[in-house]
Amino acid sequence: MSSESDLLIQVEQTGSSSKSLPLTIRDLTVAYHRKPVIWDIDLSIPEGKLVSVVGPNGAGKSTLIKACLDLIPRASGEVSIYGQSYKKRRKRVGYVPQRESVDWDFPVSALDVVAMGTYGKLGWFRRVSKRSKALSMEALERVGLADYAHRQISQLSGGQQQRTFLARALVQDADIYFMDEPFAAVDAATERAIVELLKELQKRGKTVLVVHHDLATVPQYFDWTVLLNMRVVAAGPTDEVFTRENLRRTYGGKLTLFTQAANEVVQSR
Amino acid sequence: MPELADICNVFLLRDYNTRLVVICTVLLGCACGLMGGFLLLRKRSLMGDTLSHATLPGVGLSFILAVALGGDGKSLPILLVGAAITGVIGCAAVLFIREQTRIKDDAAMGIVLSVFFGAGIAILGAIQTMPEGSAAGLESFIYGKTASMVMSDFQILVFVTTCVITCSLLLFKELRLLCFDETFAAALGWPVKFLDILLLALITAVTVAGLQAVGLILIIAFLITPAAAARFWTHQLDRMLVLSALIGGASGWLGASLSAFIPRLPAGAVIVLVAALFFVVSLLIGTERGVIVRFLRQSQLKKRMGRQHLLRALYEILEGGRVTEELNIRTVPFRQIRGRRTWSDTQLRDYIRHAYNDGLVEAPNKVDSILLTKTGLAEAAQVTRNHRLWEMYLIEYADVAPSRVDRDADMVEHVLGEKMVTRLENKLRAYRSAGSLVPQSPHPIHPGD
Repeated sequence: MSSESDLLIQVEQTGSSSKSLPLTIRDLTVAYHRKPVIWDIDLSIPEGKLVSVVGPNGAGKSTLIKACLDLIPRASGEVSIYGQSYKKRRKRVGYVPQRESVDWDFPVSALDVVAMGTYGKLGWFRRVSKRSKALSMEALERVGLADYAHRQISQLSGGQQQRTFLARALVQDADIYFMDEPFAAVDAATERAIVELLKELQKRGKTVLVVHHDLATVPQYFDWTVLLNMRVVAAGPTDEVFTRENLRRTYGGKLTLFTQAANEVVQSR
Repeated sequence: MPELADICNVFLLRDYNTRLVVICTVLLGCACGLMGGFLLLRKRSLMGDTLSHATLPGVGLSFILAVALGGDGKSLPILLVGAAITGVIGCAAVLFIREQTRIKDDAAMGIVLSVFFGAGIAILGAIQTMPEGSAAGLESFIYGKTASMVMSDFQILVFVTTCVITCSLLLFKELRLLCFDETFAAALGWPVKFLDILLLALITAVTVAGLQAVGLILIIAFLITPAAAARFWTHQLDRMLVLSALIGGASGWLGASLSAFIPRLPAGAVIVLVAALFFVVSLLIGTERGVIVRFLRQSQLKKRMGRQHLLRALYEILEGGRVTEELNIRTVPFRQIRGRRTWSDTQLRDYIRHAYNDGLVEAPNKVDSILLTKTGLAEAAQVTRNHRLWEMYLIEYADVAPSRVDRDADMVEHVLGEKMVTRLENKLRAYRSAGSLVPQSPHPIHPGD
């Protein structure tokens, strides 16, 4: 009995101290077409962490991000960002959608796309200012695409397109970033550039939540990990959470199909 | 045949009878071109088609309603309001079917489009049997009838065009974001639903206003064709929209003027045909993605690659596997070059001829041998060096290389930087002892026959 009440107190304590946490999710359930996609998600992400969200295909990783950003309706539960609803905290949030979610044949330049990151702070009817353009240019430089600023986006390689999206999130100048598979199908140079960028963001005290596919690189890139398979299997510091047992519980039998490397990574630690 | 003076009068809007019609179609063309650009990029082209077909029952129903209430059944504003209402209902039906069932977009639009159009035809048929029906003439909404356009059409078009241009100017940033990345727009807090409805409302306004001129079957062509044509000329949305509006306006002007000379030639059809002509011309000679430009770029690339292959083959033959300080220019048998690559005789002779024109090889008077000039040798050395540096780079930095390799670059240094080039050169030099301007290939070279 006593241990149970202890636990209750603990929960309450985390509940009250979570006010200032970058991201707190309580009891979140999202359903499409009568079928729950993620359910009973409880999650607290501390400030300044690089967080990977991993799980098998269809585990609801993108859904989780979209629900955090109010992009899809929630069946139940609540998400708070720095203690407030997304609506109130929007300006402190940066977002990198999946690369395939847009038409890269669209008639805009890389610079135009990056400048869209400033639209959130720009009111109705206002044009993109010179200052926003300069900021966008700076962001493009940071991802190594300064020379490509005026290229039409279909003339960029896949990795360059991904970096354009990252630059767009950078100009949002947020405190917490949500990135949906930024490492999907990019070349090694882009992967390295993204990792460097993530570390740099962390250094500046930002929190970054990344949907990630490559189990082998999780311990190397991320210090916090959320294992997701419709519900949260485990969440916490990567050192503690990224165990063979937890991975088995996340991926089930599918893990054998997954990379041998992941196993080796787990074993080596 | 109409006289030249008459033709001039019509085209220059001096002819009173046709002036109003031509101005109306020009205005409509501008509005259509502008909105068509957004419609095309929002990937809603077929939605526009559904919308226009779904206006027909509205025309019929508002006529019946107006007559039943004792009003004038042919009052244009009433008919157009009715058209707009059922048009929007048609679009809503598509969205409803798409979201509530598992039927896909194209099927949903196909169903709604034909059902609404069918209902419209049935209602018009019923009107024919009404005593007032004989005077209806509502069929003009199906195929359009520019000649029937009057002052009120002009006023409506001025209003719609002004609205469309104002909204496009004020909301350019918002609409561009909506069309490019609606999820991101929503995440930024822009009211995506509202913007979408606004865009749909503008397109409905343009469609309904254009019913009299080109008719509900052809209006979709007038919306989409100028925008699609404009896309061949530019990679910038603002320029594309302006161009699209210009092409739309020009199509309206030319089409309406042409149909003024040729009796019984419906203006709507001519306008759409003129727009199609713009499209075909753009498709062929568009400067950004026209077919001819693409073909030229491709063949230029092929030519450049061929020239580089020829020079490198010649150089490597002269090298003969050994590396010496200085290569002596000597004639190379055609047969030997021919054997170095999988090129046909004709291709190779083509490349040689181009190289001769550029002063890289001596006159091919003897068909069976090729002699590099001094310039030719210098360029061959450069081409071979660059090629080997790129090869070395790919071998050494296989993981990062593919996104940076620019084999075609004349100056490797520009892409990779001096330091990297020096490193690569040293690597290549390590493959052998003697130094020369052109480092050795990292792999053995098979001499040709």
